[in-house]
Amino acid sequence: MEAAHDHNHDHHEPTGIMRYVTTTNHKDIGSMYLWFSFMMFLVGGVMALVIRAELFQPGLQVVEPEFFNQMTTLHGLIMVFGAIMPAFVGFANWQIPMMIGAPDMAFPRMNNWSFWLLPPAGILLMGSLLAPGGAGGVGWTMYAPLTIQQGMGMDMMIFAIHILGMSSIMGSINIITTILNMRAPGMTMMKMPLFVWTWLITAYLLVASMPVLAGAVTMTLTDRHFGTHFFNAAGGGDPVLYQHIFWFFGHPEVYIIAIPAFGVISEVIPTFSRKPLFGYASMVYATGSIAILSFLVWAHHMYTVGMPVEAQLYYMFATMLIAIPTGVKVFNWVATMWKGSMSFETPMLFAQGFLFLFTIGGFTGIVLAVTPIDIQLHDTYYVVAHFHYVMVAGALFAAFAGVYYWLPKWIGKMYDERLGKIHFWLSLTFFNVTFFVQHFLGLAGMPRRIPDYALQFADWNMVSSIGAFGFGLSQVFFLYVLLKAIRSGEKAPEMPWEGATTLEWTHLPTPAPYHSFETPPDLRS
Amino acid sequence: MSSQSGGYYLPEPSHWPIIGSIGLFLMAFGAVLTINTVSGGGYVLLAGALVMVYMLFGWFGTVIRESESGKYNKQVDLSFRWSMGWFIFSEVMFFGAFFGALFYMRVLSIPWLAEGDTGSLLWSGFSAAWPTAGPGVASKFTPMGAWGLPAINTALLLTSGVTLTIAHWALLKGQRTKLNVFMFLTIALGVTFLALQAEEYMHAYTELDLTLESGAYGATFYMLTGFHGFHVTIGTIMLIVIWLRGIRGHFKPETHFGFEGVAWYWHFVDVVWLGLFILVYWL
Ligand code: HEM
Ligand SMILES: [Cu+2]
Repeated sequence: MEAAHDHNHDHHEPTGIMRYVTTTNHKDIGSMYLWFSFMMFLVGGVMALVIRAELFQPGLQVVEPEFFNQMTTLHGLIMVFGAIMPAFVGFANWQIPMMIGAPDMAFPRMNNWSFWLLPPAGILLMGSLLAPGGAGGVGWTMYAPLTIQQGMGMDMMIFAIHILGMSSIMGSINIITTILNMRAPGMTMMKMPLFVWTWLITAYLLVASMPVLAGAVTMTLTDRHFGTHFFNAAGGGDPVLYQHIFWFFGHPEVYIIAIPAFGVISEVIPTFSRKPLFGYASMVYATGSIAILSFLVWAHHMYTVGMPVEAQLYYMFATMLIAIPTGVKVFNWVATMWKGSMSFETPMLFAQGFLFLFTIGGFTGIVLAVTPIDIQLHDTYYVVAHFHYVMVAGALFAAFAGVYYWLPKWIGKMYDERLGKIHFWLSLTFFNVTFFVQHFLGLAGMPRRIPDYALQFADWNMVSSIGAFGFGLSQVFFLYVLLKAIRSGEKAPEMPWEGATTLEWTHLPTPAPYHSFETPPDLRS
Repeated sequence: MSSQSGGYYLPEPSHWPIIGSIGLFLMAFGAVLTINTVSGGGYVLLAGALVMVYMLFGWFGTVIRESESGKYNKQVDLSFRWSMGWFIFSEVMFFGAFFGALFYMRVLSIPWLAEGDTGSLLWSGFSAAWPTAGPGVASKFTPMGAWGLPAINTALLLTSGVTLTIAHWALLKGQRTKLNVFMFLTIALGVTFLALQAEEYMHAYTELDLTLESGAYGATFYMLTGFHGFHVTIGTIMLIVIWLRGIRGHFKPETHFGFEGVAWYWHFVDVVWLGLFILVYWL
């Protein structure tokens, strides 16, 4: 029977689309995650461009204010839950089994379900635009009491969040179990590549925070339809309660987005510096402390709601504390490059872009952590600039770095180095044109989530909109670079990057075989 | 891929996940239509639920067959253990959100409503004593006492934890009859708990005027006990499955993760109830 089983895989595998619908293979599932994420990135990007088109000039030209609000809401939700998170889950799927010497993920069928829950959630999210009254125009944070006053689209969004949450929780449990239980002999925890460590910690954050978000939107749902008063002062509830619950999830969420990005960068920088990662253990501990601290700082998003001053002080200092482990990381990346023999292929360029721009986002984060400053800057474009520095130039650039870095291993072909570099320089330039100027707008007092603005903000908004369209086109160019590599890329050498040391490079052929490690490599020595 | 003993079992491609996705989508969409009183919504919801039931039967059935045919080695067993533990942790966090809401309202937001300018200008005459339906909800309810049905229910659930443990010991010692009997007892206790809780809800709605709409108290009371009751329902169904499997001769003293996973879940539900009893009913 066992032998028959072996051969099944050669003969009776479903083909065509059914292969992907029913697959239990971590690589197929990883690819689906990555493509899904890229599609959502383009969809969310188009929404960003609708916003930027409206903001190109003062006055209302392109869309109705209600629709503008729906665009900011869906852009935020789609980028966070549809683009960035699935992208890194895609990396996790492809890389973790290969990097720890496992045959696949611990639960291949549940892995499939985690992915295939995303399309229904996506349909509900996008479909909410077609509901009477349109999608919820409430911002991705979905604050009460505005959410209580929305139409049917809001309910679709709530259920979409539930389904996304289920997907994330199952995906995370799978990742945690794989890492804890499927490592090859000799792959001790402190020998794991940092990317694997960062995903272990991210998965923990997801399991701990997604259920809380589910609770928050469930209370919204019952307040909307079943007469509860969680967020209504008349019944003894409080709209601010929603914010507390949401941000208890929301702040860990920003690390859910950032930490896997740290992981990718921690693989790319050593490879292209041809030196082992500086301070491996301190990286692990820094990531762990970020994860713990991230549950203790949530109300820095709520300085303007009228908290007791002691609470404000606590949240301010606790938030600043996070700068320490984050600083450790940046320091270690720089120290890894110190005296390394560096080369600047596209993955390394994106890693450098990450390093500079994420650090800027970190600095503006510290600025915003200061309560009196944040009371000025809250809900201005300064905040928009801040989080796009960490999410676009941080997480997204890291994802680009990862794609260029691992693409040869995945498909066995090289991307065009010249085109990759062009993609980088275009992205870097347009990103800064779009978002750097938003700092000025925010400092001058321009509010976010508003389709119109005072005349004095006109110039920088025009610049930012031009940058946004440039950035959007650069990503279409990225699609071209990818397709070109897949169709007609040069055959990748067995070891395209001479500095790489992780198992997928040293123990597996290029391209990686469909099943990673049929028998685990023995790494005890 | 090898599925030999010693190797980690990797399943064939499977159609269960996509069926589950379709079921969940229909359920979510049907629920949206239903709560917005769009006609036909109920049917979509029902169809989704049926698809989900079909998927759960199919998927778990497959896993049980694989398990019984000895495809799962020690390592797979350990995977199941880790995953169940983390799943329960996620459930703890879910309940945490609602316990957190209860804490926030009782300790912070309700006293704030009666304090300072809010109290004197906006809601004069509101005193922040718990339980309350809040300053602006005209509901005169009687709170649910702890020492009637809820106390009996506490005793029932705690006893069910004991009977379940006895069943487990019996399984470990290979005493199959004892196993089946004590599983049955555990299920009976779970079902009685649920019946009493239904009774309690009826009592609350008809005699105490305590409803979901009774402000902070009503919302937290029903959402916490309601989600708990939902979990007890799921747990009871799981116990029934395990009981029937036991009768069919599944589980060996050395390998019976299916049993243990359900037992962990049941104990978790038990612990949540203790929290409820103390924080919702008693204090
Ligand atoms: C092509 C690049 C992008 C552009 C041009 C862009 C542009 C914008 C704009 C104009 C807003 C509205 C700001 C406001 O009025 O408050 C916005 C909000 C937002 N963006 Fe982006 N964005 C981009 C990529 C991303 C990515 C990759 C993420 C990833 C996580 C992201 C996350 C968000 C979030 C969370 C919001 C807040 C939505 C809200 O106000 O509820 N964006 N973005
Ligand atoms: Cu935060």
